[in-house]
Amino acid sequence: MNYRTQQKITRICWIVGLCALAVPFVFPFLWMLSGALKGQADVFASSSLIPVKVHWSNFTEVFAYQPFARQYFNSLYIAIVVTIATLLISSMAGYALARLRFGGSAFILLVLISALMMPEEVTIIPNFFLMKELGLMNTHMPLILLPLFGSQGVMATFLMRQYFLALPSELEEAGRMDGLSRFGVYFKIALPLSKPALSAVGIITFLFSWNLFLEPLVFVNDIELFTLPLALANFTDTYGLPLWHLQLAATALAVIPMLIVYILAQRQIVESFAMSGVKG
Amino acid sequence: MSALRKGPSLSLKTREAVTGWLFVSPILTGFLIFFIGPLIAVFYYSTTEWNLLSQQSRFVGMANYVDALSRNETFWDVLINSLVFAAGLVPLNMALALGLALALSKSRPGAVFFRTVFFAPVITSAVAWAIIWTFLLQHESGAVNQGLSLFGIDGPNWLHEPDWAMVSVIVTRVLKTVGLNMILYIAALQSIPRDYAEAARLEGASGWEIFRRVTWPLLAPTTLVIMVITVVGSLKVFDHIYLMTGGGPQNGTMVLAFYIYEQGFKFFNTGYAAALAVVLFGLILMLTIAQMVLKASRK
Repeated sequence: MNYRTQQKITRICWIVGLCALAVPFVFPFLWMLSGALKGQADVFASSSLIPVKVHWSNFTEVFAYQPFARQYFNSLYIAIVVTIATLLISSMAGYALARLRFGGSAFILLVLISALMMPEEVTIIPNFFLMKELGLMNTHMPLILLPLFGSQGVMATFLMRQYFLALPSELEEAGRMDGLSRFGVYFKIALPLSKPALSAVGIITFLFSWNLFLEPLVFVNDIELFTLPLALANFTDTYGLPLWHLQLAATALAVIPMLIVYILAQRQIVESFAMSGVKG
Repeated sequence: MSALRKGPSLSLKTREAVTGWLFVSPILTGFLIFFIGPLIAVFYYSTTEWNLLSQQSRFVGMANYVDALSRNETFWDVLINSLVFAAGLVPLNMALALGLALALSKSRPGAVFFRTVFFAPVITSAVAWAIIWTFLLQHESGAVNQGLSLFGIDGPNWLHEPDWAMVSVIVTRVLKTVGLNMILYIAALQSIPRDYAEAARLEGASGWEIFRRVTWPLLAPTTLVIMVITVVGSLKVFDHIYLMTGGGPQNGTMVLAFYIYEQGFKFFNTGYAAALAVVLFGLILMLTIAQMVLKASRK
């Protein structure tokens, strides 16, 4: 067997192996989609991916069963608010920690970094009482404040700092010569130059907030205030009768738009995650 | 700002310090209120016991810890479950991630497609992923067992037998998160200069030798980062457990993060839950310090 054929065989083995490995990654999505179109009884009755009868009505029933449109909107606007606020606050702090010399900055950085790894479970109990004290229970404020100022916000700050450190400072100095204030330099020169970092932080923050589960579970009771992950978990235990077909239809409605965005913008999304790990 | 610039009393240095503090003050304030404050408070809460009727707390010293360590057998089960979960998830996740990264780091045809596929669950919310897998793992009607029956295998009742439930949550969690580690490994592999491997190849090294003597040592810093991220991620697993098993059967999948939630927000054992949170804090602090020491020793 010559080298060529050997390589060809290796490559075919790789592809077959990868296809086999891909099954548990792809099949759940296909099954979700097919289950979303099946009738309540067919979800388990037929193992076929193709529904016996297509029930488009599942998708309308989802909205009748609970205020799903409202919950969808809640997730969307919370994620947007958290993302914009994080970008602003973390880029300002990251800029200062990278570029400005001031007493205590090294200490601040150390304190922030030490929080990078701490999960929300550690502080959730005191935060629960704090939010109660502040009168913010059963509002969306905890779902905005905690990601913004917890380990996610800290990580955003750290990523921004790393990016600003690597940015050549000549342009900023030119801006200073032209009489820009520090804020002007940050806003008019540094920020526009840091679009890759901003989009990376933005993407990661948006997804983090969009998929948040523990905080909504703890802080929100009112069904009108639910976010998507909570809403999805809410199709099961009404009167002990799990509404499988509706749950899958809702899951599909929540997941598919994100998957489409991911496939369209995958390079940028994947790169932003790669960046977060390398720099973290 | 312009007034500051013209003011003769403020030196350049002071002005920069003021600006610096202004820039960090938003995150610092929020961080102190919503992270450092609660972090200190959790230690205080862990020494109290709450009376639900009078809504008052009582100082009990180390009683919650003593209770956890000596009287409460569930605590040890939970701690062991958490370690078993991490011990099962981390090697599986990292080995699979490295394998996929090695297979997909070069721009072969199809590589982008497969990367997309393996990364898709990372984008998907854990809740959605757990819901779908809960259905797939049903005893008789689930797709996994129906698939196994094609090969004449009678699949177990995955989520209702303690050992299989643990295997199920570990494997589905690996599937959910492995794409991220794969991408981190790919990024690291692509930053390794090609010359190294080529030089080794010219000297007659086999593919395996190149991996063992060139690639693997160069990946060490990335491996360290990935390992810490993955261990911490496995210690904080909550949504998968909540949705797939609820900690059951017979506490078989009851892990620390879920136990904190249950004790704190379902049974309102606030003090005990806070003590558990301190234990989790200690575990993660140890990991973080170990990482720093390892990182420093490499330099």
